[in-house]
Amino acid sequence: MERTTLDIWVGAFVVAGFIALTILAFKVGNLAGYDGSETYTVYGEFDNIGGLKVKAPVKSSGVVVGRVADIQFDNQTFRARVSMKIGNRYQFPKDTAATILTSGLLGEQYIGLDAGGDPANLKNGDQIKLANSAMVLEQLIGQFLYGKASEGAAEGAKAK
Amino acid sequence: MPHRKVGFGLGSIGSTVVNGVWRLGYASRFFLRTLLGSGMSFRRFHLTIREIYFSGVMSLIIILVSGLFVGMVLGLQGYETLQKYGSESALGTLVALSLVRELGPVLAALLFASRAGSAITAEIGLMKATEQLAAMEMMAVDPISRVVAPRFWAGVISMPLLAAMFSAIGVFGGYLVGVVLIGVDEGSFWSQMQAAVDFRQDIVNGVFKSIVFGVAVTAIALFEGYDAPPTAEGVSHATTRTVVTSALAILALDFILTAFMFRGV
Repeated sequence: MERTTLDIWVGAFVVAGFIALTILAFKVGNLAGYDGSETYTVYGEFDNIGGLKVKAPVKSSGVVVGRVADIQFDNQTFRARVSMKIGNRYQFPKDTAATILTSGLLGEQYIGLDAGGDPANLKNGDQIKLANSAMVLEQLIGQFLYGKASEGAAEGAKAK
Repeated sequence: MPHRKVGFGLGSIGSTVVNGVWRLGYASRFFLRTLLGSGMSFRRFHLTIREIYFSGVMSLIIILVSGLFVGMVLGLQGYETLQKYGSESALGTLVALSLVRELGPVLAALLFASRAGSAITAEIGLMKATEQLAAMEMMAVDPISRVVAPRFWAGVISMPLLAAMFSAIGVFGGYLVGVVLIGVDEGSFWSQMQAAVDFRQDIVNGVFKSIVFGVAVTAIALFEGYDAPPTAEGVSHATTRTVVTSALAILALDFILTAFMFRGV
């Protein structure tokens, strides 16, 4: 069995196919963003997580430091229990606050971490005490309208 | 006599159904025999390489050109709609997700069915009509493992590679129109795309889809060729049926696979 010109075409075809797959994985997809490094898990209990989804980014000062690993409803406290996997490179003080934020007005939701001042760091399995819920647009509008209405009532009372 | 006509109509419906079931059973047995007889296509891999050349490499031009144009059209149409909502920076996401999830595997498989599938059917049908397959059996060479199985594995290997190339060149086409021609911001084009396209969820599922389509298209093409009546008319009908049946199978399978893969998580 000897080499033929066919072999080189087929070889080039297979190589081109794998190059296309690699481009898809790294340039189009997010495989480059995943570093296989070690992570630790912390928990946060939120009153309302809004539209937060599993795999949503966990950011601190806008930098992605981890991802949401799991979201569950705790039937004891009636709150949402969110577990976050954070890269071992990023260590946060124990009194770090977690807030559910929205990127842009209608963008995806993510968890923002604000570092505190505690000398001890969060460890695997710890719970973040300060967990602020997502802003729900309907509630905000409701509060705004309620505020306007009471303002109007107060002005009406003054006019009398 | 009217009741005789009715009886004849019912009879033809019955025979169509029975024939259909019969053919399906025969096709399944044929598929199983192809799988069982595929040892030779790996032991004598140059047989498979030859078929990869004819069905994979020869389909490259049509796949690449179509992919480029599909990507460019997606870029234009996506921009038209997205700019109405002021979110033209999501163009990259739109182009990449529609290509990687759906259009890449499906369109590449449809093109593969009409470019390579029809050729396989015609080739095997003619081999049967000119009694080459019978001659092989006389020489104690199993035509299934010598002729059919290498073509099958060549199709299964080529299809995901072709679909990946289709998606990659399509994304490039979308980039050409969106960023180079229209002037969408390059940074947000790529970064929003990378944020939205998940490796496991989108790319691996797309590759899996194209493997399934590769199995379906080549199995249909091989069976139609093997089953074709050994006449000029029979081969031409079989070739037509290959394209029609493969297209239907691809679209139906795509719906089923999509329903399993993307359930709006």
